[in-house]
Amino acid sequence: MTSLKGFFRGKTSIQPIWIFVIAIFIFFSFMSEYFLSLGNITNILVQTSTIGLIALGMTLVMINGNIDLSVGATLGLAASLAVGLQEISMTLAILAALGSGMLLGAINGLIVWKTGVNAFIVTLGAMLGVRGLIFLYTGEESFYSMNFAFSDFGASTIGPIPVLAIIFLLCTLVMHLVLTRTGHGRNTFAVGGNPEASIDAGIRLGRHMMINFIIVGFFAALAGVLLASQMGAATPNLGRDYELWTITAVVLGGTKLTGGFGSITGTLGGVLAIGILRNGMNLMQVPAFYVLVILGAILISVLIIDKKLNAPSTKEVRI
Amino acid sequence: MNPSQENHSQDSHSQDSHSQDSHSQDSHSQDNLAHGGAQKRQPIDAQPVLQLKGITKRFPGVVALNNVDFDVRPGEVHALLGENGAGKSTLMKVLAGKHQANEGKIILGGEEMAFENPKHAKRAGVVLIHQEQSLVSEMTVAENIFLGSLPKKPGNRVDWRKLREDTEKILATLKCGFQHDDLVGSLSIAKKQMVEIGRALVFTPRVVVFDEPTASLTDHEKPVLYDVIDSLCQQGVGIVYISHRMDEIFHLSHRISVLRDGEYTGTVNTADTNEDEVTRMMIGRSLELDHASKPGEFGETMLEVRNLSVKRVFEDVSFNVRKGEIVGMYGLVGAGRSEVAETIFGLRTPSAGEVVLDGEVVQFRSAHDAVVSGVALVPEDRKDQGLILGMNCRDNMTLASLSGVSSMGFMKSGEERAVYDKYHQAMKIKTPSWRQKVGNLSGGNQQKIVIGKWLNTHPKLLILDEPTRGIDVGSKSEIHTLVKDLAKSGYAVLVISSEMPEVLGLSNRIIAMYDGRVTAEFDGDSVSEDELVQAITGMAGSSPPKAQAG
Repeated sequence: MTSLKGFFRGKTSIQPIWIFVIAIFIFFSFMSEYFLSLGNITNILVQTSTIGLIALGMTLVMINGNIDLSVGATLGLAASLAVGLQEISMTLAILAALGSGMLLGAINGLIVWKTGVNAFIVTLGAMLGVRGLIFLYTGEESFYSMNFAFSDFGASTIGPIPVLAIIFLLCTLVMHLVLTRTGHGRNTFAVGGNPEASIDAGIRLGRHMMINFIIVGFFAALAGVLLASQMGAATPNLGRDYELWTITAVVLGGTKLTGGFGSITGTLGGVLAIGILRNGMNLMQVPAFYVLVILGAILISVLIIDKKLNAPSTKEVRI
Repeated sequence: MNPSQENHSQDSHSQDSHSQDSHSQDSHSQDNLAHGGAQKRQPIDAQPVLQLKGITKRFPGVVALNNVDFDVRPGEVHALLGENGAGKSTLMKVLAGKHQANEGKIILGGEEMAFENPKHAKRAGVVLIHQEQSLVSEMTVAENIFLGSLPKKPGNRVDWRKLREDTEKILATLKCGFQHDDLVGSLSIAKKQMVEIGRALVFTPRVVVFDEPTASLTDHEKPVLYDVIDSLCQQGVGIVYISHRMDEIFHLSHRISVLRDGEYTGTVNTADTNEDEVTRMMIGRSLELDHASKPGEFGETMLEVRNLSVKRVFEDVSFNVRKGEIVGMYGLVGAGRSEVAETIFGLRTPSAGEVVLDGEVVQFRSAHDAVVSGVALVPEDRKDQGLILGMNCRDNMTLASLSGVSSMGFMKSGEERAVYDKYHQAMKIKTPSWRQKVGNLSGGNQQKIVIGKWLNTHPKLLILDEPTRGIDVGSKSEIHTLVKDLAKSGYAVLVISSEMPEVLGLSNRIIAMYDGRVTAEFDGDSVSEDELVQAITGMAGSSPPKAQAG
């Protein structure tokens, strides 16, 4: 065990979740003859892109010490707007969808910033309220896209690779750079790690919180638009439980709920882990209910292992 | 509970300890301290109640304790000294069952013990009073004292009546002005500490370990603690007292033991030694404390505070700081010193008055405005306000000056490293690498990182709030020298401190505050300790008390 610890703590620290991703990847390659093919792997990327995109924004929000439970509802609203407004104009529909996500994020961020009410409560309220708005807007009906360019986009590819997968990977790269290379990213860590010290260092905490809520709102809306284009439709219940899947992926990736710690690379690992498990078990024809039980058990086990590996055994040694 | 507190009124140097009145407590202590210098306590001749023999504790890659011996006699205060990282805390954690020693014996009352956990040690009579308080603010005093050991009636129901009676017995020993049903969150830091001590009294303790108990107390509040320690001693409890403050140690202890780099360097009787010898034992050399001269050349006025007030916090505060000058702000905790600094820094909104910085009237609406305009505040509480403990050294260092090491929002890691290297060398910060998390550094090095962080904002005015609190002697003198050098190089420096030697050693001028008002301004070289104490206790005119200068 100690050598394993040393391995994880080394300079080129490999995140535990990636070991897990590689392990299940190899496992399913042996267990199912259909698993290891370009078609299936790009398929996994497309399947995970929805939750993956939201998880990118959620990582920043969580490192910042907040959480956003309203992403599923935001996704649903954006999808309905993107399909529902197409009659007027395609461009308008997409812009309105993305704008709605950013606006909802900004409102969440503003309330958390200005009132100091816990983000969990604020976004829980937003989750219920926005879902209500979707029903008001759609009148409880599903919208179907009559625009084939829109529904074809979701299935289009560049070479052998689906456009959705490319968008997801590009966004991942951008958010990784934002988090690790920009001042905003650094301050996101600082605010999550110690809000009081951050204020005293002259960091404008509210501004960073708001930016992160806007980012997650944007990604939820983008995920909604892309999901609608995949399905060629939007249902009022679209995005239910997505906040839970997203948070699961982010936490699997090593981001701490308490803030101040996490990474986009870890989140990518968490997203892929969930995607591979669902896909692999599906190919092995594991019944859907068992899949949920297994995913739940794996989430808890991974976090236990992570906690054991990172046990602060050297904490007492001071220099 | 040991019911022998009644003896306490016969305490040799306690005239009026039944009184809850803080002023009489205070004059009693001053009497205490006035004699303290002359009459050091003689060692108590008795069989030790506790012995640690040949304790060795290894952590991966480090020997934290190497063959350490230590013993405590009943009724004695045994001071344990050492620089940060010398192994004091580890030794005490071994003693209290938090760590298990790799080698060595713990003998309590003639019996060899192997404590598996803190609860085990507590039941055997060894209690550690923590440096950081671990109380539940939302619960009452009684519930906190008996946390984890609430008296029960059959059926696992809490026996509230017994809880109240037992708590009142303990509170009678502590003689502190609060009730069993007060919420802990509503108490002052000093009173919270009393609750923490009360917790130790639940199990009849044989050895009580105090780890830096006065770190968050004012000179005013310490006598209460000393009384409690005295009363424990009279009950035959052995006390281990860890502190950085020499004056306290020489005042309280019977014997002094010293650790250096995890090794036991020796034990001396307090009556036969002096600060110089103890310091030499601690750091292996004789330390010339604060011999660097004070700054002497002043430029124009950098900060002028005119009639500044914040309602119900402080009132009508006026003073100025010139370039190249160190101004000390001295007063008790609660006198409003930190609040004045926070107001200058934009964290509080003044209700009246103005702040003039470098000739311009400024009204900061946030800390950000203040930082941009060239004010730096090294806060009182390093861990809560100064540092992001989970971040590495480099990132903490550049936290307040990110715009200086980035362009278009993107960090330039080369320049960031250069900033870190510069202050790392200039201040002799001891870290293995810039990747080290600051949470793993000692207090002195952490404080240097905070100071470096602010220097990199190139401030016009540097405010230091309790710059050496909880820092070992070696680092303390380094930080003092650093502050003087900064002033000499042209910074305007405002130092807030509760330690008189620090204020006297650093300041060109001293502003004394009492109860939200500036009571006097002194020349730092000619003021006497008596004058200062009078000014900060609001007792000007009455009998001059003696200060506790080291």
